[in-house]
Amino acid sequence: MLNLFKFFTKEDNKSKDIAKERLKLVLLHDRANVSPKFLEMIKSDISKVISNYMEIDDAGFDLRLSRIEQDDDSYASALVANIPIKRMKNAGKNNG
Amino acid sequence: MGEAYVITSGKGGVGKTTTTANIGTALALMGKKVVLIDADIGLRNLDVVMGLENRIVYDLVDVIEGVCRLKQALIRDKRFEGLFLLPAAQTRDKNAITPEQMKKLCEELKQHFDFILIDSPAGIEQGFKNAIAGAGKAVVITVPEVSAVRDADRIIGLLASQEFSNPLLIINRLRSDMIKRGDMMNIEDTIDILGVDLLGVVPDDERIIVSSNRGEPAVTEGSSLAGQAYRNIAKRILGEEVPLIDLEEESFFEKLQKLFSKNKKRY
Repeated sequence: MLNLFKFFTKEDNKSKDIAKERLKLVLLHDRANVSPKFLEMIKSDISKVISNYMEIDDAGFDLRLSRIEQDDDSYASALVANIPIKRMKNAGKNNG
Repeated sequence: MGEAYVITSGKGGVGKTTTTANIGTALALMGKKVVLIDADIGLRNLDVVMGLENRIVYDLVDVIEGVCRLKQALIRDKRFEGLFLLPAAQTRDKNAITPEQMKKLCEELKQHFDFILIDSPAGIEQGFKNAIAGAGKAVVITVPEVSAVRDADRIIGLLASQEFSNPLLIINRLRSDMIKRGDMMNIEDTIDILGVDLLGVVPDDERIIVSSNRGEPAVTEGSSLAGQAYRNIAKRILGEEVPLIDLEEESFFEKLQKLFSKNKKRY
């Protein structure tokens, strides 16, 4: 029922929707900056999981929140990780 | 034992001082003993908004430095029983006091008042830290514009890191005509973004400027919509459940739409 009403009331291109979308994105970054702890927590969790399979260089492990351009010229947030691998562990090797 | 609220926003000019003056006056009109502290040292304004600028002898810094006793610096508002103002110093700066001193001062005031409302300066620097130091609860003011909402979010983050886990939000200067056109973020949009509980919504009302011209808070005016919104906020602070004022003049079609919508759009 609600969708039917939405169809009749113009929903597209309202400036408040643009404001809301822009804010959501900018706040994602602001909030990540407010607590560097947040990224550190994710980093340590990722490190734990990956360490089950390979030995990684913790000092060189880089994790950041960044913005990537999409095909339709809009932007999306992405978590970008760069994890240098020292060596593979046995459990991670393909024995087949 | 009273409660201390800090009224803050991050961004300047969104209505911290007006809000402090109006909520304080409303609480006093409801029979509470209230003290308003202007923590904006060097840029004091709460005195002029309240119309008490001619009665200042001593100020906040004088009290903290021991130049006078606390009672000597408190200005009693003769119009409203139980309402007092502790003005900021105008010729000093934010470094004249420390968070510890503010905390001590608020503890002392809590013995004598039901409510202590602290008008915070804009920004996130020392002045903000001083303002929040003595408070137990925080009220964040924003207007439905990207810059103010962004700053409010930053303040909410900083408050959380200072143990204010649940700040209350006031959305100020809402314009229902612009919301209707889709040119202003509405209440749901703003709450959705900031993720905090709503204390109240104050419509954009030119009576606010008229009342600050006169130095008489808008809550004393029965006809002012913003005044009514501030009275509702004061009631909510006292624990009463008050619905938001309905600011929207609805078309027939919108009324019909609402019949099918559970979340009624009320302001």
